[in-house]
Amino acid sequence: MTVQSAGPVVAGGGMVRPVGILTDIATVARRSVRSLLREPEAMAPALIIPTFFFLVNIGALESFVERSPGIDYRAFQIPVAIIFAVTGISRASVLVIDIQTGYLDRMLVTPVRRTTLLLGMMVADIVLAISLSLVVIAMGFVAGVRFETGLLGILVFLGLAVAWSLSFTGFPYTVALRTGNPAAVNSSFLIFFPFAFLTPAYLPRELMTGWMQTVAAWNPVTYLLEGMRSLLSGGWDVVAIGKGAAAIGGLGLVTFVMAFRSLARRVATG
Amino acid sequence: MPRAARSGDQNSAIEARGLVRTFGDNRAVDGVDLNVDAGAIYGFLGPNGAGKSTTVRMLCTLLKPTAGQATVAGYDVVDSPGEVRIRIGVALQEAALDERQTGREILDLQARLYGLSATDRATSIARAVDLADIGGAMEDRVKTYSGGMRRRLDLAASLIHGPEVLFLDEPTTGLDPVSRAQVWDEVRRLNGELGVTVFLTTQYLEEADALADRVAIIDGGRIVEEGSPTELKRAVGADVIVVDLPSAAIASAAAVAETVPEVDAVTQGRRGITIATADGAATVGTVAVALSSAGLHPQSLTVRTPSLDDVFLLATGYRMSTVDPTVSGGGATATGPDPQHAGRTPASPPRSSP
Repeated sequence: MTVQSAGPVVAGGGMVRPVGILTDIATVARRSVRSLLREPEAMAPALIIPTFFFLVNIGALESFVERSPGIDYRAFQIPVAIIFAVTGISRASVLVIDIQTGYLDRMLVTPVRRTTLLLGMMVADIVLAISLSLVVIAMGFVAGVRFETGLLGILVFLGLAVAWSLSFTGFPYTVALRTGNPAAVNSSFLIFFPFAFLTPAYLPRELMTGWMQTVAAWNPVTYLLEGMRSLLSGGWDVVAIGKGAAAIGGLGLVTFVMAFRSLARRVATG
Repeated sequence: MPRAARSGDQNSAIEARGLVRTFGDNRAVDGVDLNVDAGAIYGFLGPNGAGKSTTVRMLCTLLKPTAGQATVAGYDVVDSPGEVRIRIGVALQEAALDERQTGREILDLQARLYGLSATDRATSIARAVDLADIGGAMEDRVKTYSGGMRRRLDLAASLIHGPEVLFLDEPTTGLDPVSRAQVWDEVRRLNGELGVTVFLTTQYLEEADALADRVAIIDGGRIVEEGSPTELKRAVGADVIVVDLPSAAIASAAAVAETVPEVDAVTQGRRGITIATADGAATVGTVAVALSSAGLHPQSLTVRTPSLDDVFLLATGYRMSTVDPTVSGGGATATGPDPQHAGRTPASPPRSSP
């Protein structure tokens, strides 16, 4: 960690002082959230895509799937819409511009803690994930979806969505830090497809064909969807929620190790 | 964590011994020694790819030296980078600023990154706003700024925490002459009024000449000359005669000029020849007559004192060439880079992952 001490007196009469890690995170997050608020148009695809799929899936499959007893297909599709909305959002595109313009270097010649350069951006990711999730949940309410687990269930549901979103940000951040290339960062969105579609996104697992069932069983998103669905229509199923949380934790561990190792390599002076 | 020890000569703002940085097989910086006095403006002059930026990146703790050692503001750049960082201000090439934020927000972020308290932030930002002198534009997004405004904001941001040493990496590259003059004035003022040591890299001879107390000329990763601009120029000779000629006449004019006894040396360029002599005023007439007798008719004959470009020529065997189209005069006869130096790989390639 950077050695800091009471530094030189600034012309203003004060001192450059050592600050805590939370202050550093807040400093970086302040800028990230501000730039997020300045580009509300960037939120549009993240809302149009899930809304589109929600409407199309309901229109095409609702009456068919609901022939199976005990399925409320609208409730079944809301977690899918949330996953579509929050997966792959990140400030990696800003990070890659910072790398290209040299603004990252400008921050690196200050005493700011290196890890907070990523953690601060993730605060903005959390803000965006919460906003998008709330919009999708509201859309669900409009469509007549209700949570059997009540207000607390909604909060847990929101928590899972945001935690998932955050765990996935490790991918684009890794690509941004490794390549410094905006095109590569945009392409990192592709990893979303296997994660999102090789899952019980359209049908419950028991109705899927054999190979797809096997693949879905290895996909963390499967457990996330099932955990979130349980909150909507199954009541408090601690095992399903636990599996969903574990899936997020597992993926998050992998992507965060990748992302922070990439950050360490990017800021390494060797 | 215990406070790192301040080391080195207290009167020395920057000291480097045998600084080397390699990128693969490319020795971008190849054994640089520096000794910059506290309070000086130090010019680091060289063409593109000479190793200027790589040296600055090592001194600013952004890049570890492959070999050698350096202290900045009394602290070792490798052992105590945190101590160095709070004591230096850095404006890197191309005014790196976030275009989506306003000038004031950039300054505020910068003050927070250094951990200034709310009171100090207010004072420092007010001072930086004055310094940047961009008026009401301070509340506008940076993407609306001109090149000169960006540079001034960049400079103000790099000074927000009152650094002891300021690194300016090609601060005027790409600026128009008016903006350039403003940056020069600002650098002089910072140095004069606040006593900030300035380490300035430039590829413009005029800039080094106009601003720096001492100049190091770097080429191919090595310092080839070092001294005050006056000392360096004096070493070339007393005067230089610049003869503008059509390209077809250059070789024969050089041959003629070499026959004039008072001429010490003749250098051929693309637009004419440059003659070094002890007394330009006395020699110029003789040269003109000799050329005329040989049927050669120069477009112009100019006597001037040697420029840093002449120093560069003497040290390296080729001219640095004044590539900047916005600067006229300055004394350098643009002869273009020596072919053997053309197309050299940049000294500081973007960091890539293995």
